[in-house]
Amino acid sequence: MSWKDRLALWGIKRSPWVYHINTGACNNCDIEILDALCPRYDAERFGIKLVGSPRHADVLLVSGPVTRHSEQPLRDAYEATPKPCAVIAFGACGCSSGIFKDGVNVNGTVDRVIREEDPEAVITYLPGCPPKPEAILSAALKTLEAL
Amino acid sequence: MENWLLWSVYLLIFPGIGFAMVVGILASWVDRKVTARIQFRVGPPLLQPVYDLVKLVGKEVVIPVSAQPGVFLLAPLVGFVAAALSAVILGVNNFLGQSFLADLIVLVYLLLIPSLAIIVGGSASGNPHSSIGASREMKLVMAYELPLILAIVTVIINAGFSLDLAVISAEPQISSISGVLAFIVSLICIQAKLAEVPFDIPEAETELMEGPLLEYSGLPLAIFKATHMLLLYLLPLYLITIFLGGIGTGYGIIWGGLKYLLIIVLIILIKNTNPRLRIDQAVVFFWTWMTALAGLAVLLAGVGNIYGIGWL
Ligand code: SF4
Repeated sequence: MSWKDRLALWGIKRSPWVYHINTGACNNCDIEILDALCPRYDAERFGIKLVGSPRHADVLLVSGPVTRHSEQPLRDAYEATPKPCAVIAFGACGCSSGIFKDGVNVNGTVDRVIREEDPEAVITYLPGCPPKPEAILSAALKTLEAL
Repeated sequence: MENWLLWSVYLLIFPGIGFAMVVGILASWVDRKVTARIQFRVGPPLLQPVYDLVKLVGKEVVIPVSAQPGVFLLAPLVGFVAAALSAVILGVNNFLGQSFLADLIVLVYLLLIPSLAIIVGGSASGNPHSSIGASREMKLVMAYELPLILAIVTVIINAGFSLDLAVISAEPQISSISGVLAFIVSLICIQAKLAEVPFDIPEAETELMEGPLLEYSGLPLAIFKATHMLLLYLLPLYLITIFLGGIGTGYGIIWGGLKYLLIIVLIILIKNTNPRLRIDQAVVFFWTWMTALAGLAVLLAGVGNIYGIGWL
């Protein structure tokens, strides 16, 4: 590992910037993500910040099964994210496509698409329909430990 | 030779990059902490801005295919260097009591360059969102520069047509009616210069995804963030030098620090109690209300100067 990667990893554990992608979630997960970022849970304590562009992101928070239309954008977003970065497959749908598993327009799960892009990617699974804000924060911290 | 050495110390360590960066990092932490306390949160740890910068330095630098690589990478550097140079001019004046002919004018130009760097960088990145952001930044610069310069003209008149920071900061310029008006106008223009809410129109996270900075990653983004931290230190200091009689020497430095805290907390409070304006609203606001107020200040200062009335 080069000194640059080591620097980045050291920094990411202390200031993970999160970019949120919805690849076809029913929106409930997204509302729960906003809950986790609201002042009550104060994610900024851990340096967590929601950013507006994948170029600034360290953690991609992907909610929902990957639909046909969102597969390519998800790949693009992963490509656009500067490495090193981590991915959180969010909610039952993110982990396994959940109740949408047999839908006609569902192309597969988040991990399949990301693994096709980059077999080495760090992916955390966060089940729940939707997960509680406390679970979200704990998953974020566990992802950072795994990096 | 000696002189050359001395000035590189000025540039790199004391009042230049080193010192300014430390204060800028603290100011950026104060900004985030006070914001957090206003929202009844705990807020980030003291070293959070350092963590952010270190992380960005370590990350990969992505250069988009659509970008002009040279301009794209140079723009942040130019902005940073301009901010560092203004830190030297302001610092040398405030802490070492030195100044040179017409340094106020040099400062006005140097403090404009970071905004221009954002415009140039955003346009060079070839992203449509970035170019919208850059065009908004350009409109914003044109909107707030006019009242800001009128406010500075007020101060110049009040200080007996002097362009030297040393003369201007020798006494607090806010001690007259025109000074108070000019101070209010400048405070609001500084808010726009920092691109803080309600004037964060170019960066509008929710609609433009950080606008001109969208395509930046890694080191160049770190430099932009560092420039913003420098400005967070510089612009309040600029106001203090011009309006509040400078930082002061000896025990006066404590008093100067209090002035600095007052201004930065004012900026943070404005930021946290206002929603974002649209770009047309901002331009109208600056070109009518602020320009009128600043024009009035110039008028009062002129009348006071001609008839020798000190309190105007
Ligand atoms: S996990 Fe549940 S809440 Fe989340 S997107 Fe799927 S169905 Fe909706």
